[in-house]
Amino acid sequence: MIDFSYTILIPLIPFFMFVFLGLAGWKFKPMVSGILGTTGLFVAALLSYYTAFEYFFHTEKILGAYQKLTGFNTVWLQLTDKLHIDLGVLLDPISVMMLVVITTVSFMVHLYSLGYMKGDTGFVRFYSFLSLFSFSMLGLVVATNIFQMYIFWELVGVSSYLLISYYYDKPTAVAAGKKAFIVTRFADLGFLIGILLLSWLTGTFDFKTLTGAHSPVITQGAGVAFMGLSLMTWSLILVFIGGAGKSAMFPLHIWLPDAMEGPTPVSALIHAATMVVAGVYMVARLFPIYFMAPGAGAGLEVVAYVGAFTSLFAAVIACTQFDIKRVLAYSTMSQIGYMMLALGVSGYGGHEGLGFMASMFHLFTHAMFKALLFLGAGAIIHAVHSNVMQDMGGLRKYLPITHITFLIACLTIAGVPPFSAFWSKDEILAAAFHHNKLLFLVEYIVAGLTAFYMFRLYFNVFWGKEKQYHHTPHEAPFTMTIPLMILAVASIFTGFIPFSKLVTSDGVAFASETEMMIAIPSVVIGLLGIGIAWLLYKKESSLPDRIAAGLGGFHKWAYNKFYFDEIYLFVTKKLIFARISRPIAWFDRHIVDGSMNGIAWVTTTTSEKIKGLQSGQLQQYGFVFISGAIILALVFGYLLIF
Amino acid sequence: MALSDFLLMRNELLLTLIAIIIVVAELAFSPQKQHKIVSMTLWLFFAITIAGFIPAAKGVLFGGMFHNSELTILMKNILNIAVLIVFIQSYSWIKKPENNYKIAEYFLLIVSTLIGMNFMISSGDFLMFYLGLELATIPVAALAAYDRYKNKSAEAGVKLILSSALSSAILLYGISMIYGSTGSIYFAEVVPRISSNPLQTLAFIFFFAGMAFKISLVPFHLWAADVYEGAPINITSYLSVVSKGAAVFIFTIILFTVFSPVMAMWKDVLYIISILTMTVGNLFALRQQNMKRFLAFSSIAQAGFILLGIIDGSQFGMTSVIYFVLIYVFSNLGAFGVVAAISNVTGKETMSDYNGFYRTNPKLSLVMMLSLFSLAGIPPVAGFFGKFFLFASAAHQGYYWLVFIAVLNATISLYYYLMPVKAMFINKSDSPIVFFRSDGMTRLGLLICVAGMVVVGFASAIYEYIRMLSFGG
Repeated sequence: MIDFSYTILIPLIPFFMFVFLGLAGWKFKPMVSGILGTTGLFVAALLSYYTAFEYFFHTEKILGAYQKLTGFNTVWLQLTDKLHIDLGVLLDPISVMMLVVITTVSFMVHLYSLGYMKGDTGFVRFYSFLSLFSFSMLGLVVATNIFQMYIFWELVGVSSYLLISYYYDKPTAVAAGKKAFIVTRFADLGFLIGILLLSWLTGTFDFKTLTGAHSPVITQGAGVAFMGLSLMTWSLILVFIGGAGKSAMFPLHIWLPDAMEGPTPVSALIHAATMVVAGVYMVARLFPIYFMAPGAGAGLEVVAYVGAFTSLFAAVIACTQFDIKRVLAYSTMSQIGYMMLALGVSGYGGHEGLGFMASMFHLFTHAMFKALLFLGAGAIIHAVHSNVMQDMGGLRKYLPITHITFLIACLTIAGVPPFSAFWSKDEILAAAFHHNKLLFLVEYIVAGLTAFYMFRLYFNVFWGKEKQYHHTPHEAPFTMTIPLMILAVASIFTGFIPFSKLVTSDGVAFASETEMMIAIPSVVIGLLGIGIAWLLYKKESSLPDRIAAGLGGFHKWAYNKFYFDEIYLFVTKKLIFARISRPIAWFDRHIVDGSMNGIAWVTTTTSEKIKGLQSGQLQQYGFVFISGAIILALVFGYLLIF
Repeated sequence: MALSDFLLMRNELLLTLIAIIIVVAELAFSPQKQHKIVSMTLWLFFAITIAGFIPAAKGVLFGGMFHNSELTILMKNILNIAVLIVFIQSYSWIKKPENNYKIAEYFLLIVSTLIGMNFMISSGDFLMFYLGLELATIPVAALAAYDRYKNKSAEAGVKLILSSALSSAILLYGISMIYGSTGSIYFAEVVPRISSNPLQTLAFIFFFAGMAFKISLVPFHLWAADVYEGAPINITSYLSVVSKGAAVFIFTIILFTVFSPVMAMWKDVLYIISILTMTVGNLFALRQQNMKRFLAFSSIAQAGFILLGIIDGSQFGMTSVIYFVLIYVFSNLGAFGVVAAISNVTGKETMSDYNGFYRTNPKLSLVMMLSLFSLAGIPPVAGFFGKFFLFASAAHQGYYWLVFIAVLNATISLYYYLMPVKAMFINKSDSPIVFFRSDGMTRLGLLICVAGMVVVGFASAIYEYIRMLSFGG
């Protein structure tokens, strides 16, 4: 057995960086703090790679399956003999994979921010928050039990709030931070109730027990029904609501586009590669329960349909947006929808678990190319000081490195072989095809839309007519371009990682081959999307506007994100605040406060009345003392006799 | 008696040794060099505190009058730590020129009382218990009158000695009745002969009244406020933390062993007294403006909460009591430490003087806030866990009404604990206390308290350890 106890360092190093930079960072030059933070993440990344190598190639498999290993564990709260909350490190294929993803992207973002955030007044604060976020996210993925996951889940929420509203003097950033926090927190309520229900049904928080071969899930909670579904199914759906909130699934997606108010590296880290896939990761973590719990198939159906709908919905909106970061945000939603769908259509074990494997595979490749897209977008914004496409055009001459890497990322997301997303998306489509033709069709269309909106973005930014720039745009410094290049290489080659040998639903390797019947049409529709974008946006013309006008109402709806923000505002302000909150507030102010004030009045009045007891006279003290003893004696003598 | 038997009294003997060294040092050092006694005692005491953690032998001495177990060692260690913090906190005060001629006196008296407490905790019969109790009380009266040229301090000393004489008399009366009805003063021999006949009930009530005086339970508490206010602040913190803690320890042990046959009866007594103590303590604390008096009354209310753990009567109850006392040591000494630091530099002790303190002295304000939060029982500071386990242990025995009243009282206490916080953080003042830099020792003392408040709450190992050593019926 290999001793994995050192893995506890992977989350702890960023944590110490957070504490250190938070408390003592101001004593150094900002750049020194930044480099310290980056170094911390670099070490964590190296440790993760080492862990992945050891885990995948040197640990013993049992019956050909990768085992769930506990690298480190400590009991934190002993609630009852059986039920306890632990804090520890769980190593299995998906958590090890996530360690690699998070530390890689986080390190890239740390490095990139050295250039991007240079000269910002809150530079040190930024780095300490980045470290806090990395710590929370790493703690989340290595959680040995669902409660630890919940604790870090909330920490992730807090640190992302801090990072989104990093520019706290900008009202929109503050509002976006609040929105993200409140919406995800609202979803977490479902998560918490789901956890409580699940642990009540099974008597354990522990993932190993829950998802193991003798899981209490199989026997518990099947019979009890509420609204036609078993309690177990309800608990899984509630847990999924939490995941949907963090992963910006419809209808809890409204926070993600606004969260683009944060600094761009933050968007790359949080809203591309790590936090938003937490929901996917959680479903994957609990996947055996979702699959095996009696009558819980409904849970997976929900996951699949929510994922599919979100991916279509977000892709349509992405086609109409002009803010490049928002396009990327909607694209992220759409891609996460893919991952959710893949989980939803997956079976368990061997080739049946194709969807599971595909989902994790896509999570991995998506993390690389989406981080690249965001960081590239950051380099563009850095050059032209604007977020909107109308202010850009013809940038390929000024930003050669950004241009090439961005193009690679666009080709990747469009599913052009041999770039990585071609392989992962293909597996997802194959899994969907064998499970449900309707879902397959939706995803097939989304693949085309994805290629279209990404190349619409690409052509608008790098081709077309040059705009009047305040100063000539220039390429970003090397601290920013190096991460771009590394991620570009990753986007190209990660597709060749044999995921079906490493990360599978039951840990057993299986053979997956590319199905030409699905691969060829998916490449075709991708190229079609690129082609249409080329026709419309390569040269500036009035054609796109005419098409938009031709679509009429539909385009306006999509452009306004189907008015979801307005619907939410109506529901919260007009319905909840006015009809429910106000009466409650009145009750609180008059009845509850009134009775509390009454108690306070009684307390102070009594206190005033009895102050004579404390006269300062020793004789009186003695008198009270003796009387007290005598009264006690009398009372108990009385009790004794009668 | 073999030489190794002395090891059973290791802590007591070492403390006695320190006491002797202090006396010799006072005689040996010239008046100009008296201040060296301070560092010397601190180092020696530090060594003893560390030595307390070396595993010690368990056993019985003097035919059962003295016994030593892991539990008593744990209790003595808690007291040692508390006294060490008190010493560290009094460093700058005791070094003031006006105290120069009575430095040795201060340390000698405190160490003597600590020896008394140690014997009291380890006692195996009522005689040893009583001797320890007196040794732990009489020097405190001298300590309370430490500033003997100040009227209030002198008054405090007189009040304490007279009241404690009264309480000792009653306590002895109770013990004599126990002896009369059982024919023994050894705990082990008394237990089987205790029942709830009228004489022994009366004996228990008298014994209880004597102990209630030490723990300052209502209505036996009246001395506390005057003495706490009059005594120099470091001595007040010693009185309200160490003296009270030691008394709680031995009180719990005796109730759980000697009086275990009449548990049903003493639970009734504690029920009433606990409600009285919490409520009256709170009602008085609400009105206090003087910080010392405020902390004094709040510590009376805290004693009422401790009874919730004792009333449980089981292992869980004893665990929660010891755990709470440990946390109380850090929280209360933290609060007293800040009050002492301010009082030492500026001489200000009134709550309104604290207005706007956060703006001038943010760090001290934060320590004060943490300590008050811990005393009030606000998570995540340790005080929350302490109070939580106390309430849980009472609820464990089905005393839901008692817990309900305790929760109400905890809410009231929240109000007055937040008053100083409000003064420091929210209220504005035209003439706030100016910024001052407290000396290294004060900061060290406060740092230990803060560390204690954070660590004890989160390190479940400490709780588990206490639980392992605790016992109950």
